[in-house]
Amino acid sequence: MRITIDRDRCIGSGQCAMTAPGVFTQDDDALVTLVPGYEEGTEDPRVHDVPMACPVQAVEIHED
Amino acid sequence: MTKTEIRRPGEPVPSFPQDRTCPYQPPKAYTEWRGDAPLTQVTLFDGRPAWLITGHAEGRALLADPRLSSDWGHPAFPVVVRRTEDRAGLAFPLIGVDDPLHARQRRMLIPSFGVKRMNAIRPRLQSLVDRLVDDMLAKGPVADLVSAFALPVPSMAICELLGVPYDDHDFFEESSRNFVGAATSAEADAAFAELYKYLHGLVVKKQAEPQDGLLDDLIARQLEEGGLDHNEVVMIAFVLLVAGHETTVNAISLGALALMQHPEQIEVLLEDPGAVSRVVDELLRFTSVSDYMVRMAKEDIEVGGTTIKAGDAVVVSITLMNRDAKAYEDPDVFDARRHARHHVGFGHGIHQCLGQNLARAELEIALSTLFTRIPGLRPAVPLDEVPIKAGHDAQGPVELPVTW
Repeated sequence: MRITIDRDRCIGSGQCAMTAPGVFTQDDDALVTLVPGYEEGTEDPRVHDVPMACPVQAVEIHED
Repeated sequence: MTKTEIRRPGEPVPSFPQDRTCPYQPPKAYTEWRGDAPLTQVTLFDGRPAWLITGHAEGRALLADPRLSSDWGHPAFPVVVRRTEDRAGLAFPLIGVDDPLHARQRRMLIPSFGVKRMNAIRPRLQSLVDRLVDDMLAKGPVADLVSAFALPVPSMAICELLGVPYDDHDFFEESSRNFVGAATSAEADAAFAELYKYLHGLVVKKQAEPQDGLLDDLIARQLEEGGLDHNEVVMIAFVLLVAGHETTVNAISLGALALMQHPEQIEVLLEDPGAVSRVVDELLRFTSVSDYMVRMAKEDIEVGGTTIKAGDAVVVSITLMNRDAKAYEDPDVFDARRHARHHVGFGHGIHQCLGQNLARAELEIALSTLFTRIPGLRPAVPLDEVPIKAGHDAQGPVELPVTW
């Protein structure tokens, strides 16, 4: 699994950080940031809900 | 398929919007529009036909689709509310503009509404809510839950966040209500002018004597450095102040009303502090305070086998999307144990509510505290005697007499 984020699309709604806290966070500009170490995925099942929770499709999960 | 095929020839096209009868249920006519098709045709007050989007999945896709415009300044932009008939070129920042201008404005503001910032203000919200409940208890029943509780919570919160003096709240609560609730363009223009003048004066004062707030930050980081001009700062303040006053007040009062009408659901709210955010999401889905979003198609768009043509008016029914049986089982049932994932109570796409994390914090703290500290809280009048706002407005009670 790979998680990719698109900070150009991000509107800072924070839905990723609310849905899967610990995997996603917001930087000082309130833009999506992946917590280091999670680029290759995680066992946390909540991340699968993040692409739908994001209002602007800024998060994608790629199942390898 | 052409646009006329969605209704049988001769069948009258219903008008939109219509008034609710029950404060938290859609008007009966709306529920009849939920068919197999994800959209239907309606007529706006000026006779213009519009597509009403009723399907949850289709509505979400459209709200995220850059082929739909939110440019209120466009001469052909649809008018749903009579008060905005004569828009006089008012380009409201954020809500009334498309990207890239929208993105530029939003990026300036999102740090002030970020998840960390909102978590940090929770203790302040809790003490504010506690103080308001103290006052209600001290005065004793009957109380108007709207003026005693549901309005002061978001009003104080947005004032503090923006750096607007709450001492002036009587003035701007009234002008904000007059602007949004205006029956005519002239009334809306008058309320707009009053509030604009006030905020213009406030920005001038803040330039001379900076304080601590979002507006002060905007002045220091954008106005002084040329990122925004004076008018843009005042207009952003206007949009945030009105949005802060006309939405959460309804969500708190309508949420409290739905809970009081379903006392068994109050137990769910109180049994586990971890359940509060889930209950709030279900209330946002069930009550749909912001009933609809207005857009205009910039290009032809296919939806469920129907073509929305470039230039067509599109109204996205938040209420019906949140009550789509394809997305939620028994959608008309308020079930506090439900996981109301992906509801569109805050909208969807680039215009999704900027203040949603603040609103969530306010709702979670306000509702859990209210029902914890005032057991037995209940309406003091029958449900059908609760006065409610018109169909075009944000949905909620005008006043809500409660006793305990």
